[in-house]
Amino acid sequence: MTATIDSPRSGKISPQYRRTGGTKGNFEMLAWLFMRLSGVVLVVLIFGHLFVNLLVGEGIHAIDFGFVAGKWADPFWQIWDLTMLWLAMLHGTNGVRTIINDYAEKDSTRLWLKIVLYAATTVIIVLGTLVIFTFNPCPVVDGVPLPGGFCPA
Amino acid sequence: MSAELAEPASKIELPAGVGGGGEIPTFDVTLRVRRYNPELSEDATWDDFKVTMYGTDRVLDALHKVKWEIDGSVSFRRSCAHGVCGSDAMRINGRNRLACKTLLKDLDTTKPITVEPIKGLPVEKDLIVDMEPFFQSFREVMPFLINKGHEPTKERLQSAEDRERFDDTTKCILCAACTSSCPVFWTDGQYFGPAAIVNAHRFIFDSRDDAGDMRLEILNDKEGVWRCRTTFNCSEACPRGIQVTQAIAEVKQAILSRKI
Ligand code: SF4
Ligand code: FES
Repeated sequence: MTATIDSPRSGKISPQYRRTGGTKGNFEMLAWLFMRLSGVVLVVLIFGHLFVNLLVGEGIHAIDFGFVAGKWADPFWQIWDLTMLWLAMLHGTNGVRTIINDYAEKDSTRLWLKIVLYAATTVIIVLGTLVIFTFNPCPVVDGVPLPGGFCPA
Repeated sequence: MSAELAEPASKIELPAGVGGGGEIPTFDVTLRVRRYNPELSEDATWDDFKVTMYGTDRVLDALHKVKWEIDGSVSFRRSCAHGVCGSDAMRINGRNRLACKTLLKDLDTTKPITVEPIKGLPVEKDLIVDMEPFFQSFREVMPFLINKGHEPTKERLQSAEDRERFDDTTKCILCAACTSSCPVFWTDGQYFGPAAIVNAHRFIFDSRDDAGDMRLEILNDKEGVWRCRTTFNCSEACPRGIQVTQAIAEVKQAILSRKI
């Protein structure tokens, strides 16, 4: 029950209360809206993804390299996974950005956390997109298919 | 006037122990008050005061008893003592409330009752905080009627339904219980805070007011309504029972529908 609080700040107004004029633009509004909309779409995408991968047919036992290769041969699943990747990454990144804004107390901490966050997001989105579109189920090196590949007979 | 006209003393004999305050049960409570005096020390400490109180007493009465009978240096703000002026919001047992509206018997009197200043605003002494940052954001939303039309010769009439639209947010007494219960405000003093949004809501949805768009533009700021995480601390803290989080959501919606 007993809540502990920090020693109170001294009587003078802390500089953080000095307002620095309003900000123009609708970024925060659009970010807020994006969170709601992407959230709804992600529920459909993710549960569809889980259903198709884990429940349909042989379910979880069917998942292997060939299964993924087969899915990505179909533009429908390419688009599905691409949308899921982008929306999930941006949704998550915006969520973490919000948490950083809420909890980081120093401007420099906030800046560094955000740099790390945005760098990670960029790498994952670029890498993921690249994989979805350049995925080759049957890699051939010097005329010999690599083992583990999924080549048409 | 002669002394004879004064009301004579009651002739009814009361048995001892009946009547007066004697019927109201008394109990002992320990008040654990957060003390801070920048002239003595930069650190705040807890002081315990044991007082005997009645079942009808409020936390404010206990604070009065402490200040008037035990330690006159205990400092707090209060004015009306009846829940209308909004001066005595404080953190009682970890929750923001008005000391004058919190009955001691509703709290757990077997344990010390903790009384602290509200969080997020600079403490000046003991339970007194500097309200200036709070009023600064209140002023920024322009909490007054702005009407572009001609000055009417009589009062500005409004239908009962139009009045109903913003009835809830007219009840605010600017006690700061909501703003200082908001975890976003604790770390970001620039956030407008629930109270400023409540008071903007009161004019945005007033059919007689013409500056709704200006207020929405102000609250569309980086530190405006989008900073709200719908924690509902404010709705829980408000001593006037204002649905603060709902008011914030309505302002968000109004901004969205105007922009899109
Ligand atoms: S909305 Fe309620 S808690 Fe907030 S300042 Fe007004 S009366 Fe106090
Ligand atoms: S003293 Fe006025 S509201 Fe409590």
